[in-house]
Amino acid sequence: MSDGDDALLLGAAAPPSANGEPVFDAPWQSRVFAMARRLNEQGHFTWDEFRACLIAEIAAWEAAHPGADYHYYDRFFAALLQLLERKSICSLAELGRRSREYAARPHEH
Amino acid sequence: MNDRPPQAVRAEALEDLLMEKGLLKGSDVDAVIQRYTERVGPMNGARVVARAWVDEDFRARLLEDGAATVAEFDFEGGQTERLVVKANSDEEHHAVVCTLCSCYPWAVLGLPPAWYKDPEYRSRIVREPRLVLAEMGLQLAPEVAIRVWDSSAEVRYLVLPQRPAGTDGWDEAALAGLVSRDSMIGAALARRPEEVA
Repeated sequence: MSDGDDALLLGAAAPPSANGEPVFDAPWQSRVFAMARRLNEQGHFTWDEFRACLIAEIAAWEAAHPGADYHYYDRFFAALLQLLERKSICSLAELGRRSREYAARPHEH
Repeated sequence: MNDRPPQAVRAEALEDLLMEKGLLKGSDVDAVIQRYTERVGPMNGARVVARAWVDEDFRARLLEDGAATVAEFDFEGGQTERLVVKANSDEEHHAVVCTLCSCYPWAVLGLPPAWYKDPEYRSRIVREPRLVLAEMGLQLAPEVAIRVWDSSAEVRYLVLPQRPAGTDGWDEAALAGLVSRDSMIGAALARRPEEVA
């Protein structure tokens, strides 16, 4: 089982890519992608584990939204969070609190 | 999804939480991104700069109305509502910050680096720009005035770095190769020919 770039960019549930590079619609997607990759490189989970989580996440979403197209990085982010909770690295509750705190920041964005 | 903060906010929250837990550093995340995305993003801005270096009319239009002029290139990746371009000169060096959060002209500069949204960078670049830039490797002569521009949701700034010496007769593509993302934020100068040889 390889955690190398070939396994990452090809094969099941690979990210959208062009010319061998992942394609991001927005900066947050690249941050989430890179966080997942970094945690994998540090040994918190294997890429196969992550990929299995992502495939399951996509399947669950499709079952709940018949006929609709999933958004790859929304599913990717959800899968990462599930894995982080399962591994007791970061809980969804913790992320929720911090996100709401940031969302309430006083600025125009 | 009701009332859930936007993905960008959640991603920022996650990155901060993971950093606080000691699991990763922002610079690590930057490095991974860079590994995967070397050719997109900042190259858009670099092409704009290169054209401004060779075409006086274009340069004038760019400094007059950044967003409209950049739109001549038809880049993908979202619009930059109001883009103001600041030209570096022998007398003035410009640097850009968003002190509130991390506004960034994504369509022309690609993915923002972690240090750009670091609270320390943001507050210090406004208060002591010469020192912060020196810490980042950019030494500016004392007679060069430094102006720091605060980006917001409405107005984003792009720095037009000075054209390096020794580039007479270079075409736009070659010139674009000298323009780094950091030079368009004002954290560095454009690369010199000998640095890319």
